Amino acid sequence: MNLSSDQQILWQHGFFKLNGTIVTTWAMMIAMASGAKLITRNLVAEGSISRWQGTLEIIVTSIEKQIREVGLDQPDKYLAFLGTLFLFVATSSLCTIIPGFQPPTGSLSTTAALALCVFIAVPLFGIGSQGLAGYLKSYTKPTLVMVPFNIISELSRTLALAVRLFGNMMSGVMIIGILLTITPLVFPIVMTALGLLTGMVQAYIFSILAAVYIAAATLVRKPKPDPEVRPAPSN
Amino acid sequence: MDSSTLIAVASIATAGLTTGIGCMCPALGEGRAVATALTSLAQQPDASATITRTLFVGLAMIESTAIYCFVVSMILIFANPFWSHVIAQAGGK
Repeated sequence: MNLSSDQQILWQHGFFKLNGTIVTTWAMMIAMASGAKLITRNLVAEGSISRWQGTLEIIVTSIEKQIREVGLDQPDKYLAFLGTLFLFVATSSLCTIIPGFQPPTGSLSTTAALALCVFIAVPLFGIGSQGLAGYLKSYTKPTLVMVPFNIISELSRTLALAVRLFGNMMSGVMIIGILLTITPLVFPIVMTALGLLTGMVQAYIFSILAAVYIAAATLVRKPKPDPEVRPAPSN
Repeated sequence: MDSSTLIAVASIATAGLTTGIGCMCPALGEGRAVATALTSLAQQPDASATITRTLFVGLAMIESTAIYCFVVSMILIFANPFWSHVIAQAGGK
């Protein structure tokens, strides 16, 4: 039984192999990018907005609102990265409706790549907002003893991001496959609906956790007020 | 009992036990989380957006431990390296 779409080899030529994950990822990327390009060709600011533009506006403004609620007060800097994460994972779980589609996030390589992107992005954003010295000092934050623990927690939360998404997607696909051999009529449809729900929740969780990690890294602590300054006592 | 039988028995028993315990304990934790969230929603309905969002994030973190147990069980049943080694040896003989 193949656990993920990595094992479906669609075309191979010597060393170079095209497996199901690569094909579905590229197909989704081309579909999303060309759809977005088509819709945003003639943006209008007022008057009657086409419904496609309205849909995209709803999506973008709600992602921006969520980023602001997490605590990042300039969402424009992070909107591209976090929005892309959310849209990729959400589209991949939404497309499981298409018969014969194996979501690319059901493969550990895709989720590991996404988690590595978050792992690299968090220090980049942290250094961008606090400077290299400030960011490195944040590792020593409670006490100096905590430096190895902070590093370990960075690595383990990256691993947790990858395995959480992989496990949820792969288990959804596998449950449906197993049920198709046992009770083919109604239960696979119910499990597909449940898989859709958990897929969207996992997309939201992935991007919100990435936003929380970035917010923790870019938190600029306010300087403590000078304790010597005191208002002059009135006589 | 030769080694291949032992490997098979150990893998199957451990897979079942992993899934069993791995589904019980996160479910208990999630039940407590939802109960507390419902209590705070009843006390402060205005904060329902924040409470709901935090509840879902917390539930996903708890759920991920159940997912780890599931992944280990799947590996034991379908991608077991010890079993593949035993089969390769038996096929080579």
